Amino acid sequence: MGDVIGRLFTVEGTADLLRLPFVRSALIAAALLGLVAGLLAPLIVTRGMAFAVHGTSELTFAGGAAALVAGLQVGVGAVVGALLAAIVFGLLGLRQRERDSVIGVVLAFGLGIGVLLLAVYPGRAANKFGLLIGSIVAVDSTNLWLLGACTVLVVAALAVWYRPLLFASADPEVAAARGVPVRWLSPLFAVLIGLTTALAVPAVGAILVLAVMVTPGAAAVRVSANPVVVTVLAVVFAEVALVGGTLLSLGPGVPVSGYVATLIFLCYLGCRLVGRVRGVPARTA
Amino acid sequence: MTGPATRAADPDRRPATGPAALPGTPAVELRDARLAFGERVLWDGLDLRVETGEFVAVLGPNGSGKTTLLKVLLGQLGLGGGEVRVGGRPPARGSNRIGYIPQQRAMDVDVPLRARDLVGLGLDGHRLGLRPGRGARRERAARVAAALEAVGAAGYARVPVGRLSGGEQQRLRVAQALVGDPSVLLCDEPLLSLDLANQRVVSDLIDRRRWEAGTAVLFVTHEINPVLPMVDRVLYLVDGRFRVGTPDEVMTTEVLSELYRTRVDVLRVRDRIVVVGAEGDGRHCEHPEPRGG
Repeated sequence: MGDVIGRLFTVEGTADLLRLPFVRSALIAAALLGLVAGLLAPLIVTRGMAFAVHGTSELTFAGGAAALVAGLQVGVGAVVGALLAAIVFGLLGLRQRERDSVIGVVLAFGLGIGVLLLAVYPGRAANKFGLLIGSIVAVDSTNLWLLGACTVLVVAALAVWYRPLLFASADPEVAAARGVPVRWLSPLFAVLIGLTTALAVPAVGAILVLAVMVTPGAAAVRVSANPVVVTVLAVVFAEVALVGGTLLSLGPGVPVSGYVATLIFLCYLGCRLVGRVRGVPARTA
Repeated sequence: MTGPATRAADPDRRPATGPAALPGTPAVELRDARLAFGERVLWDGLDLRVETGEFVAVLGPNGSGKTTLLKVLLGQLGLGGGEVRVGGRPPARGSNRIGYIPQQRAMDVDVPLRARDLVGLGLDGHRLGLRPGRGARRERAARVAAALEAVGAAGYARVPVGRLSGGEQQRLRVAQALVGDPSVLLCDEPLLSLDLANQRVVSDLIDRRRWEAGTAVLFVTHEINPVLPMVDRVLYLVDGRFRVGTPDEVMTTEVLSELYRTRVDVLRVRDRIVVVGAEGDGRHCEHPEPRGG
């Protein structure tokens, strides 16, 4: 037991590893992902779309697996799968119950197809596993450029549409009355989720996408109701989890996802605690 | 066709000219308006002229096109025929000429908005781009603060909206609708699911606005009694038939029986109007139960 714990929390060799280019790429990837995930998370929570994110990540997984089998870039397959899911979910109505059952159906299908594809894939097991549990060190310079481009795209889209998105998410009826195009902001937002999911899946794995795209927002709304503060906090939490998780995973040389999930869960627990103590969300936030 | 000016002998109660209203232009005008979904005609040949500062209650059973009328004025739906003007111009989405108050619905506790944020979205939530510069931000904050003050919500400006009571939230809705300084206020059952005291507060706030700023009010409701003292005219819609007039003209046994094509009795009990026998509209005179969740 002590051995296992010792192995999981070693920083031995971390300093040396930090000099390696692929490790730097991984850290940059983690930071970029933390930025977009943190920016989107409060809106995802406000729109009640956690389950849609999960569904998107399973289709992303299926897309990545299909690309693997077809001998294409996994990243390309992931983006195609994610965008398909995003369009399907984006076109669904806002009625939660109906939406959730459709997502459940699509999610199960995507997961099944993905598993099937991996079963017939003859290549290395690490490649297979990577899609499910993630391996951020697999990010090479091509992926990094892709990641960078997607980050710029998501940030630019949010810079233009953040306010109407927030309005449409928190207060759809009045937003529509005020001329916010609520109906087509839904697919737009789903595409942003899709792009970010496609980037997150190779890094943290399909299973843990929720950890970076939902938990930061869920944690932040526990301690504040100021939309600016909530967004900044969500970005900070996502960065702590992703960059911190990547650093911690270097020494032991195990997948990053366990650390990311644990760090972000600790953030969430901390926020609930702070919120509870202050009478959440604080009346003076 | 006259506004509150006719019944307000007291000159102080005469409504001011709304800042966005052009002189002599009705706040809302529908001419020979028709709206139909396929075979189903909601209304046809509808003529309605709402003057500056006038309070028009829109009544009728479910599905008679009350909310749809608001959607036309908001520019969300086009007419099948006829003409519609808001402040002399065709309706435009996102126009600051119009304020909109929905029915009260509980907001989630974890919605990341404080009272002032919700009101602020009423001012610029439909605009694209990032936060305005410092000067504009200060002006925005001042307008939001004034709107909160006007509805008595300054005390909870920084409280998360999800933690406010239904009555408090509905005051914010009034502030949110008025912060853009509209010349027309469209209300869709804003008193539904409020208790009597809060119904009073919210309807008084709406009434005060038209006296102070000349804002015309179109008030969709199942229940005329809470706003009866304020109502100048009634638009009563039933199955494509309609009648426009003062409450005394429209809320009669004769007129409603004709509209519903069945025997309807209208009684005056103290200062309330009681409608008996309006088919499919059994909720007319009770306080309806809150719809949805």
